[in-house]
Amino acid sequence: MTVVLASFFGQFKSAIDFILHERESVSGGVQVGGSELIGFTANHLLVSGVAVLIACALSVPVGLYLGHVGKGEFLAITASNVGRAVPTLALLAFFIAYLGVGFVNVTFVLVLLAIPPILTNVYVGVRQVDPETVDAARGMGLTEAQIIRRVELPLALPIIFGGIRTSSVNVVATATIAPLASVNTLGTPIINANVYGDSGRLGAAILVALLTLAVDLALTGAQRAVTPAGLKLTQGGQGRRRLPIPQLRRREQPT
Amino acid sequence: MNAALLHDLVLAQVEIRSRSGEGCVQENGFCPSWIADNFDRYVSPFWQHVYLTLVSVAIGFTIAFLLALVAHRRRWLTGPIVGVTGVLYTVPSIAAFLLLLPLTGRGNNTAIIALVSYTLLIIFRNVTTGLRNVPEEMRDAGRGMGLTERQLLWRVELPLAVPEILAGLRIAVTTTVGLATLAFFAGAGGLGQEIYADISFKSNVVAAGGLAVLLAAVLDLFILGTQRLLTPWRRAARA
Repeated sequence: MTVVLASFFGQFKSAIDFILHERESVSGGVQVGGSELIGFTANHLLVSGVAVLIACALSVPVGLYLGHVGKGEFLAITASNVGRAVPTLALLAFFIAYLGVGFVNVTFVLVLLAIPPILTNVYVGVRQVDPETVDAARGMGLTEAQIIRRVELPLALPIIFGGIRTSSVNVVATATIAPLASVNTLGTPIINANVYGDSGRLGAAILVALLTLAVDLALTGAQRAVTPAGLKLTQGGQGRRRLPIPQLRRREQPT
Repeated sequence: MNAALLHDLVLAQVEIRSRSGEGCVQENGFCPSWIADNFDRYVSPFWQHVYLTLVSVAIGFTIAFLLALVAHRRRWLTGPIVGVTGVLYTVPSIAAFLLLLPLTGRGNNTAIIALVSYTLLIIFRNVTTGLRNVPEEMRDAGRGMGLTERQLLWRVELPLAVPEILAGLRIAVTTTVGLATLAFFAGAGGLGQEIYADISFKSNVVAAGGLAVLLAAVLDLFILGTQRLLTPWRRAARA
């Protein structure tokens, strides 16, 4: 038992050392770890951020429209169910095999991955707005476009942000296997363990876990910040877990 | 350091190892005949995948179900349980597999521990929601008939929560099939190992990935069928 624990702490110590200081690679000749990881982290966040932004730009307008007119429920709900059944590794591999490697293709795969949760949550978020509120807005003479923008969107924002959070965490997690498509991210030491060694692999795993938790935490904060004051009031101090559709409030898919 | 180049070299080696044949295979097309000829290589990874999924979901279901029963009696426990399982849920599976390696070594155990941790939140949430959604009048009726709290749970509340519970199980199963494609990072094989072995060969990716999606669909439909059998009253009500 003590032997196991000693080797356990030894490996973690070496992994932390890999994160903090450069060292020579396993095969020799090049310096790996340390400051190199800053670039990997930056690229990891860049490819993830671009993918989530594109996914938002595509699915928020579509979801708002479908939710407003109350059509396409099947599409909006099925999207995330199908998305869950397709393994991310298979999805990435499929597009590497058919489209080839590179930043654009990886981004494309990540966008595909990010769309379903956002689309579903935008749709559900708009649908759960009290119809009487919408009627009142219509009675006050707002046009349909104004109703979407000034009534439904603000009231749906917390749920929409829930979807963005789900997608972002999925995308950041999946960007870990982006090096398979020749895009360097924090997954590079994990995929190329023959260069970075076991402690490099473990160090990168620690960073990936921390990065994902940080993104989740940051977006939870953002979600709270965008919740209209009126919605917070009606929840009566119960916090965000008490909104009408609890199942869709949390992330739907681990990665 | 040129990781991309090194990576290409590694890939090239893998390709030479696993591809043989001519024509379609050499040109990296989608080759049904190659898949038919080489189907044997997917059989044992497929069953390994099934094994990882079923064992993980079974253990995860047992733990989460018991936790949900405890939280049903002591409501204040719900928050802490959701918090802890939520953090486990957020850690990417690759990281979880690798973080467990120094502790539990390569193999099935590591993979199963990580996969179990992902099912907990899903199943716990659905069981508690299901129990909570049982109408208060039903409970009152049960109490009026003289049921004890334990009888109420097993004869009224749980049967009525079956649809929610099985919905959670369905999500857990499809999710676990997906995550198990990365279990080879824990040295536990599975279909992901085959995808990874030659990730730029179309026939290989389609065959291994297709089997994973198929497995998820079959298990999902199986649970759906079980739900129909377990809740005959819902069919009657719909008819």
